[in-house]
Amino acid sequence: MSIGETIRNSQLWKSVFRHPMPLDRRNRIVVMLTNFFLHLHPVSVKKQGIALSYTWCMGGVTFFLFLVETLTGVLLMFYYRPTLEWAFKDIQDLRDVVSLGIMRELHRWGAHAMVITTWLHMYRVFLTGSYKPPREFNWVVGVILLLLTLLLSFTGYLLPWDQLAIWAITVGSNMARATPFLGHEGPGQQILKVGGIDMITNATDARFALLGARFVGEETLNRFYVLHCVAIPLAVSLLLAIHFWRVRKDGGISGPL
Amino acid sequence: MHGHHEEFIEAVAPGLGFYYLLLCLMNWGAAMYLWRTNVKTYFTVAGVGVTNVLFWLIVGFLFIILSPIAMMGSPPEFSHGVKDLVNSLSGPVTLTVGSLVGMMFLYFFRRWWTHPPIAWTLLNLSLLALGLAMADSNFFSIVGKGDNVPIVGLVFLLGYFNWLATYKAVINDDRRKQGLPPVEKTEDEKVLVWPDLVYTEMICMVALTAFMMIWALCLQAPLEEPASSVKTPNPSKAPWYFLGLQEMLVYYDPWYAGVVLPSIVVFGLMAIPFLDFNKAGNGYYTIEERKFSYIVFQLGFLELWIVLIILGTFLRGPNWNFFGPFEYWDAHKVLAGNNVDLSQYFWGGMLGQALPKAPLGSGAGTEIAYILLRESPGIILTLAYLILLPPILAATIFRSFFAKMGLIRFMLMANLLLLMISLPLKMVLRWTVNLKYIISIPEYFLNF
Repeated sequence: MSIGETIRNSQLWKSVFRHPMPLDRRNRIVVMLTNFFLHLHPVSVKKQGIALSYTWCMGGVTFFLFLVETLTGVLLMFYYRPTLEWAFKDIQDLRDVVSLGIMRELHRWGAHAMVITTWLHMYRVFLTGSYKPPREFNWVVGVILLLLTLLLSFTGYLLPWDQLAIWAITVGSNMARATPFLGHEGPGQQILKVGGIDMITNATDARFALLGARFVGEETLNRFYVLHCVAIPLAVSLLLAIHFWRVRKDGGISGPL
Repeated sequence: MHGHHEEFIEAVAPGLGFYYLLLCLMNWGAAMYLWRTNVKTYFTVAGVGVTNVLFWLIVGFLFIILSPIAMMGSPPEFSHGVKDLVNSLSGPVTLTVGSLVGMMFLYFFRRWWTHPPIAWTLLNLSLLALGLAMADSNFFSIVGKGDNVPIVGLVFLLGYFNWLATYKAVINDDRRKQGLPPVEKTEDEKVLVWPDLVYTEMICMVALTAFMMIWALCLQAPLEEPASSVKTPNPSKAPWYFLGLQEMLVYYDPWYAGVVLPSIVVFGLMAIPFLDFNKAGNGYYTIEERKFSYIVFQLGFLELWIVLIILGTFLRGPNWNFFGPFEYWDAHKVLAGNNVDLSQYFWGGMLGQALPKAPLGSGAGTEIAYILLRESPGIILTLAYLILLPPILAATIFRSFFAKMGLIRFMLMANLLLLMISLPLKMVLRWTVNLKYIISIPEYFLNF
C-alpha cells in the first residue's frame, strides 16, 4: 500500500471526507452530494453553461474577491484601531513597519476589482438575457448585492483617515443633507415643522444619521467601521446565500430554453 | 520645469519599457496561437505575400524595438501638436457626443469590427496610444494615480467583453437567419461538475490570487496626508464609482443627482425583468432578437454610467472644471459660466417683464402661489413630459409595447425611460442655451 492510500484509508481521513477519492463516475457524483463546500454545486451541468466565453466567470470571481476581502480584512483588523488618534498611524505602520505588508494593497485593490467584476457580472447576465423568467427575483437580489458592494467600498474608503478618505466621504455624504424631506437642505424639509420649530435640522437629518455627527468626525469613523466590518458583510453573506440558492432553484446556470 | 521633466521620464521609463515588452509578447503569443491552430490567412502588402502569423510577429518586433528605447530614457510620446489638438478638441460636449457616435458606430458596424483581426488591431492601437500618452507627465499624474488605475483596467475589460458578447451575438443572429438555433443550444451535452467545473474554479482562484499579489506588490495603495477638516482639497472627489453621479451635479442639484436619481437607477435596475416582456434571448447572446432592451442598457450603462465616470475621474480638475487629458490641472483656470433659469427665459426673455413676486408681507399661501406662477412654465413642461408623453408614446411608436405590457407596466417603463433620457436632454440644454434649472424654487431647495 502506498503512503497516499494508507492516509486515505485511515480513520482520520475517512472521518473528515465522507466519500472515497472522486476518481470514478460514482464517487464524482457522491463527492458533490456529501461535501459541504461542494454541495453548492449540482452534480452535473450543461457543458455550454460553464464555458468561460459564455459566463466570463465574473460572478465566481466576485465571490472569490469577497472571500479575499474578508480574509485580508480580518488581518487588517488585528492592527487597525478606528479612532482619530490611531487610525491614520496604524495604516501608516501597516505600510512602513509590517514586513511584506501588502495586506492593505490586497484589500484596497481587491475592493476596486470587486466593484468592477460585479458590474461585469451584471453586464453578462443582461447581455445573455439571464434575468428573464424564471430568474427575475435573483436579478433583484443581485441589484441589492451591487448596492451593498458599493456601500462596503464606500464605508471602507473612510477608514485610512487621510485627506483622500475624509473628503471623498464628505463629498459623498453631503448628498444626504439634500434628501427630500429628510435632509436639512432638501426640498420639502420646511413642511416638517412642529409649532414653528424645524424638525429637520443639521443635527436630526439623514446626513446626521449617516455620519453620527454634523460633519465627518470620530463618530463617523466608528459608525463606518462597524458598518464596514460587521453589518454590511453580514447582510452580504445572507444575500449571497440566497443568490446562490436561487441560481440552483431557478434552473442552474442559464442557457437557451 | 525642465529638470522636473527629466526626473519624470527617468521614473516612468523602466515601466514603459516593460509595458512595450508585454505588448510584444502579447502579439507574439497571438502569432503563436494562429500558427498552432492553423487559422492562417494570406494577404499581400505592397506586392509581398504575408500570412497573419508573420504580420503579428512583425507588430511584436515593432513593440520590442520600442521597449529598449523607452527603457533607456526616451519613451516615445505624442508630439506637442497632437497633444494640443486633443486638449483643445476635448470637452464635456465632444466627449459625451463623441462617445455616443462611437457607440452608434460599434452598433451599426458590429459585423465589421468584431472580426478578430480588426478587434486585435484596435486593441493594439489603443494600448499603443495609452503607452504614448503615459509618457506625458500631466496624463500620467492623473491616470497613474493608484485609485484611478482600476478604471483603466475597467475600460479595457469592458472593451474586451463588449467585443466578446457582440462577436457571439453576431454569430447567433446569423444562425437565426439561416433557421438554426443559437450556438449555446447546440451543445446540450452534460458534464460532471467534478472535475469539469471544480477544476476550472480552482485554476481561476489560483490565477486570480497570483494576479492580485502582483498588483499589490507593484502598486502601493494610496495614503495621503492625515485627515484635516480645515484643508479642503481641490478638487474634492467622491470614490471613483460615484463620479458619474458627481458629474451629474453639474446639471442637477444634490437632491436629484445625489439622492433621487441613484434611487431611481437602483429601482429601475430591479424593475428590468418585470418590464422586459420579450421572451426571446433568454440564455444566449443576441442583439437582433432584443434590440430595444440591448440599446437601452448599452446607453444607460456605457454612456450614462461609464463615460461619465471617466469624465469625472480623468477630466475634471480643480473647481470641477474640465481639463484635456494632457492639460495641467491649473487651480486658477476660470471659465465663464452664466446659466439662466427657464423662468427667467420665459418672463424676462419672452414676455419682457420682471419675475412674478409676492408683495412684501403677504402670507405663506400667497407666496407659494406666486412661486408656482413664476415657475409655471417649467412645472407645466415637466408634468407634460412625464404625464402627457407616455400616452402619446403608447399611441404611436410604442403601440405594440403598450398592447403587450398593460397600463401599469407601460407607464412605469415609459417614465423610467423618460427620466433616463432627461439626463442627456438637460446636458444638451445646458450646452446649447445655458439652461440652469427648468424649475427653480430655491426658497424650498427645489431646483430641477
